[in-house]
Order: sequence, then C-alpha cells, then structure tokens
Amino acid sequence: MSGATERLIERLAAEAEPVHRLRPPALRAALWLLAVAAVAGMAIAGFSDLDVFTRRAQDPKLVLDMIATLVTGITAVLAAFELSLPDRARAWALLPLPPLAAWIATSGYNCYRHWITVGPDGWELGESTHCFRFILSVSVPLGLTLWLLLRRAQPLAPARVAAVGGLGVAAIAACLLQFFHPFDVTVMDLSVHAVAVAIVIAVASLWARWSQGRGSAAAPP
Amino acid sequence: MALESDHDLARDREWSALMAAAQDGDRVAYERLLREVLPFLRALAARQHRAPDRAEDVVQDVLLTVHRVRHTYDPARPFTHWLAAIARRRSIDALRRRGRTEAAEVSDERAYETFADPRAKQEMEVRDRAGGLGPAIASLPRGQREALELLKLRQLSLAEASQASGKSIASLKVSVHRAIRALRAQLTGGER
Repeated sequence: MSGATERLIERLAAEAEPVHRLRPPALRAALWLLAVAAVAGMAIAGFSDLDVFTRRAQDPKLVLDMIATLVTGITAVLAAFELSLPDRARAWALLPLPPLAAWIATSGYNCYRHWITVGPDGWELGESTHCFRFILSVSVPLGLTLWLLLRRAQPLAPARVAAVGGLGVAAIAACLLQFFHPFDVTVMDLSVHAVAVAIVIAVASLWARWSQGRGSAAAPP
Repeated sequence: MALESDHDLARDREWSALMAAAQDGDRVAYERLLREVLPFLRALAARQHRAPDRAEDVVQDVLLTVHRVRHTYDPARPFTHWLAAIARRRSIDALRRRGRTEAAEVSDERAYETFADPRAKQEMEVRDRAGGLGPAIASLPRGQREALELLKLRQLSLAEASQASGKSIASLKVSVHRAIRALRAQLTGGER
C-alpha cells in the first residue's frame, strides 16, 4: 500500500464523525414541492385575479399547457434530487423530457392558432416583458432554495443537476405565471417564455460549474 | 456494474454493513472498509490510468470523495454500485483535467525541484530579500495561491492539501504548476 494512501485512510478514519443519512430523494423532492405549493397557494389566493383565471381556464388548451408545465416541473425536480446522488442512473435526466415535449407541443399549437387568428401583429411585445420578469423573478428564489437542498448531496456532476433543477423551477414558474397572466398569450409571449426558461437553465448550470471550480460543491456537509 | 456472483453479493453486503456502521460513527468499521475497497478502487483506476502514480492519485481522490459524500449512501442499496459510480466519475474528471492540461501547457518537471546549484539558490534568495516573491505570490489567482501555500509553504502532502482545500489532487497539481510558471514569468520579467 502506498504510504500516502495509508496515511490518508488513517486520517479519514480518525475524522469519521457520525453523519445524517439523506432521506430518500423522492421524499425530499415531495417536501420541497409541497412547500412551494403552500407558498404559491397563498400568493395565488392573495394576489391573482381568480375570476379572470377561471374564465381563461375554460379553454382546454390552456389547461393542457398548464398540466404539461406542472408535470415538467415536478418530474424535473424529482430527477434533480435523484441525479444529485452518486449511484443514480443518468437516465433520470430523461424523465422530464416527455412532459417537456408536450409543453412545447401545446405552446407551439397555441402559437399557430394565434398566428392564424391574429397574424403578424402577434409579434408585438405586449405584456411579454411582464412574463419575462415573472419567470425570472420567481425562478430565482425557487432555484436558490432547491439548490440549497440539492447541494447537501454534494453532486458529483453539479452542472447536470443544476440544469435539470433549473428546468424544474422554470417550468413551475411558467405554470404559476398563468394565474397572474390575465390576457391571452401572443406568439411573442410564448417566445419570451422559452427564452426565460432557457436563461434559467443556462444560469443554473453555469453557476453550478463555477461553484464547483471554486470548490464549494465539494465543501464538507 | 452488476453483482454477478455469490462472492460479489456477499462482499457487497459486508461492505454495505461496514459503511452503515461508519455512517453511525464506527471508525474501526470505516477504516476496515476503506482498506478493503482499496484493491477494488485500484483495479478500476488502473483500467483508465496507465501511470501508477496517476492511478494512485485517482484512488486517493475517490477515498476523499467517499469521505465527503458518505452521508449519501443508502444502506438499502448496493454499496458497490455507489462506490463504483464515484470512482468512475473521479477517474473521468482526472482524464479530462489531464487532457486540458496537456493540450494547453508544456510540462516542466524542474518546476517541482529545488535548486541543486548553490549559485541559483543565492540568486533566488537575493530576489526574495528584494521583496519580489511576496507581492508576486499575492498577485496570483486565489486557487493558485492557495495550492502553492498548502503544498510548498506548509509542505502538506497532496492528499492533505486536497482534504484541506476540498480540491482534487489533480486540480492542485495543475494549480501549483500554473502558479510556479506565473511566478517564474513575473520574477524573470516574462522570460520562459
């Protein structure tokens, strides 16, 4: 045995304090999602115009779009918790892809329908900046709290975990946006949603990479 | 990695029990576990790293990572999968770092040596006295400065420095190499 490795093992054993095992990833994901649901429920009850939302929710396409975004968010958050552990299959990253495809399909259909009925005027900026700000500003606190929990596992591939988690929080933010979006979406709105989601994923991934480079991802628990 | 034979399964159960005890603070079980997994880790590292010292660096990195993330092991799941996943990841990280380093830099073994020629040593001491080295070290990026301080000034081993800084052994080597190259460039006015 190499002397250095021998000394390392002795030191690690001498320092081995009891540790708290992480709870199962599905349970941790469920607890985070429940906490978000509770806060979101209060925000919706306090600040959204539910009458307008109820009227808009008569449109089954909106409901489908919301279900697709919500399922994308839930599956991506679950996948991020699973991927944060060393021995979980990378295939977990594929879990949110089917609902993401459904989200893109429903959004694409809504774009097409809007284009047919409104034409090129749909490219007006309208309320898109509101959507953009909403998705980003909701994603930041959601993303930070999610990352605080995910980093407890000290993921070996933090950029991948952050990207999938970023998709989750952006999808949840896009779903919540519908409660605070008292108007029909335009083509530009949908494009802005996509850009905002892409920004959240890219920033989360780059931030995780940067923090790994500084060694913070490898800090002791 | 499938646990194919009864021997593999029995070994996995034993390692899993040792790790569960280690998570509860049993240091004897933990030391025994780390010693028992060593041949397994060395075999995995040797598959991807021909140079024995590089393979040993990876093994030490894996041991440090196991120590840091031991709270993520679930005793209801196979231990060997958990350990092999960490070993694979650290091995890939080492290969990537090596690829980046070799693509961007020229290795200079002399950078790690002290000066054998007394005249060179005197020259270095004169420069030190002139106060050039301190500001030069202070001007290094944080990661390089930290690696230099741990390995060269405090003279910790690579494993000790890795544990102290939370950085991998390969990363520390690269940082020291870059730090020495930057210092040499500064102190010789940009000469290589």
